[in-house]
Amino acid sequence: MELLNILLQGVLVGGLYAMFAAGLALIFGVMRLINIAHGDFIVLAAYLSLIATEGLGLGPLTSLVIVVPLMGVVGYALQRGLLNATLGKDLLPSLLVTFGLSIIIQNGLLQVFTADSHKLSAGAIEVATIKLAEGLWVGVLPLVQFAVAVAVIAGLHLLFYRTALGRAFRATSDDPTVAQLMGLDNRKVFAWAMAISMGVVAVAGVFFAIRANFDPSIGPARLLFGFEAVIIGGLGSLWGTLAGGIILGVAQAIGAHIDPGWQLLAGHFAFLLLLLLRPQGLFPKVFG
Amino acid sequence: MTDATVRVEHATRTSRFGTVLWIVLLVVLASVPLWGDRSDMRLLSEIFAYVALATLWNLLAGYAGMISVGQQAYVGLGGYLMFGLAIYGGVHPILAIPLAGLIAAVLSIPVAGLLFRLRGHYFAIGTWVIAEVFRLLASQISALGGGSGTSLPASIVIAMAPGRQAREVMMYGAMLLLVAAIVGACVLLLRSRYGLALTAIRDNELAARSCGVDVARTRLLVYVATACGTTMVGGLIFLQKIRISPDTAFSVNDWTAVVIFITVIGGIGRLEGPILGTIIFFLFRQTLSDLGSVYLLILGAFSIAVMLISPRGLWGFLSDRYGLQLFSLARRVRHRS
Repeated sequence: MELLNILLQGVLVGGLYAMFAAGLALIFGVMRLINIAHGDFIVLAAYLSLIATEGLGLGPLTSLVIVVPLMGVVGYALQRGLLNATLGKDLLPSLLVTFGLSIIIQNGLLQVFTADSHKLSAGAIEVATIKLAEGLWVGVLPLVQFAVAVAVIAGLHLLFYRTALGRAFRATSDDPTVAQLMGLDNRKVFAWAMAISMGVVAVAGVFFAIRANFDPSIGPARLLFGFEAVIIGGLGSLWGTLAGGIILGVAQAIGAHIDPGWQLLAGHFAFLLLLLLRPQGLFPKVFG
Repeated sequence: MTDATVRVEHATRTSRFGTVLWIVLLVVLASVPLWGDRSDMRLLSEIFAYVALATLWNLLAGYAGMISVGQQAYVGLGGYLMFGLAIYGGVHPILAIPLAGLIAAVLSIPVAGLLFRLRGHYFAIGTWVIAEVFRLLASQISALGGGSGTSLPASIVIAMAPGRQAREVMMYGAMLLLVAAIVGACVLLLRSRYGLALTAIRDNELAARSCGVDVARTRLLVYVATACGTTMVGGLIFLQKIRISPDTAFSVNDWTAVVIFITVIGGIGRLEGPILGTIIFFLFRQTLSDLGSVYLLILGAFSIAVMLISPRGLWGFLSDRYGLQLFSLARRVRHRS
């Protein structure tokens, strides 16, 4: 029963990692860009939610109504104003600019909010549990978080394959030049992709901030979890990120059970092992 | 037409001046222990360390096209290897430095085997995962203080050399020797056929491949050499600090962010770039150090601006405009008269 409990906790945390990963996979799929500041944007979203909950008296989950569109606008503006200029055959500019952004966000947050750690309080839902079987309980909040992760990924999937915007995403992903000839404005398509990615980041950030303590320095580790989930799942596969996130979550849960110091190491080792055995990931597929 | 009628000339007019400049600079720097005090040597050592780290990162990213955001893995490894060898192996700390470099070179081969499965951007984040793994493993070593780190025992420090001044001179000399060796090795490497291969890979990987350049082997060579050099620099940095902990040894801000900013601002893909960048960085830091974490913020914004406006950095701009070159790395074919 204990093992089942560990596995269940791991799977549910995996949903959160899948949300970290989905935003990364989305923009890599559309414009072959890796946002090194991805994790720091997750932390930024957590702080925005903190402001909304403390300033406006909203609950963290209600604050999503403000934080998601706000992060979307930030993403759109960032892509139009800065990142579009870095795209091209050379990888260096986009990598270094997003790396610079990561340092700027971290130190900016440190300046405004200090290094104190914070946590969002969601009230009674945090301690509510459901009894699945004798000796097996599951928290309502992790369950909601996992359901939201599945919904977010399903939503992205629908967006990609059922809407005009998704068609534009797939077209620019396949061949940006031809897409442009067909009347798409790539700069706008990319900006929408970044806006949606940041919307996902906002959801992930708020759920993360309810679950655990956060401070300005923890962004990079979230980037690494998201990245590992993307690679484990297979490049460009949205459902793959869910599988990757779950594998990572379960590995960490098992590691933590053996020795608390091994929680993160176990996750990294699972990733390196998969990279060794199956470098293309579990469900490799590039959009299109 | 045989090889005898043509020769390749590396020097230009400014690079001849540059060669003289480097020799004079080296002599002046070597004489610092005679007239400078301890704090001069400490500051200069720190500058040397950053020139060395940035030169190595530039070789990796600017020439071989492997953008790493995880070189702190090797800086920290160097520190920990030096501490381990000195405390438990009884090795003299200075001797432990090349030994650590050797161990890192061997260790970096399987690491490269894993990382080379990732391309471009993913390679970059993969290097960061490796650095995290190293950091987490270091905090599991209870013999070296676990998560809170440890200090080099006083007995080992005293046994290094008689007297504090002698120790300072020894560490300063070692750092100067190391940075000179690293920059010198880069010049030699870039002048060799490997250098030509590297420059070709940097400019167009596909074309290089079709000209018969073994891209994978050249990259592996550069990765291993960079790991070895970075580890030695890391060992010396932590020998001067006397204290090590996983968070300082594997700090991404200190050993990667700053190094990347230095290289980008100075000029990526040029040997002069990291040297110029380090000078700018230290001027920057001396003036803005009161601002605390804001100075990293400004540095980040500044390097983004450089990347967008002049992607080849300050030295790239100067050398494009005025044809400046301080290392004899040009290749001009001359007919022998």
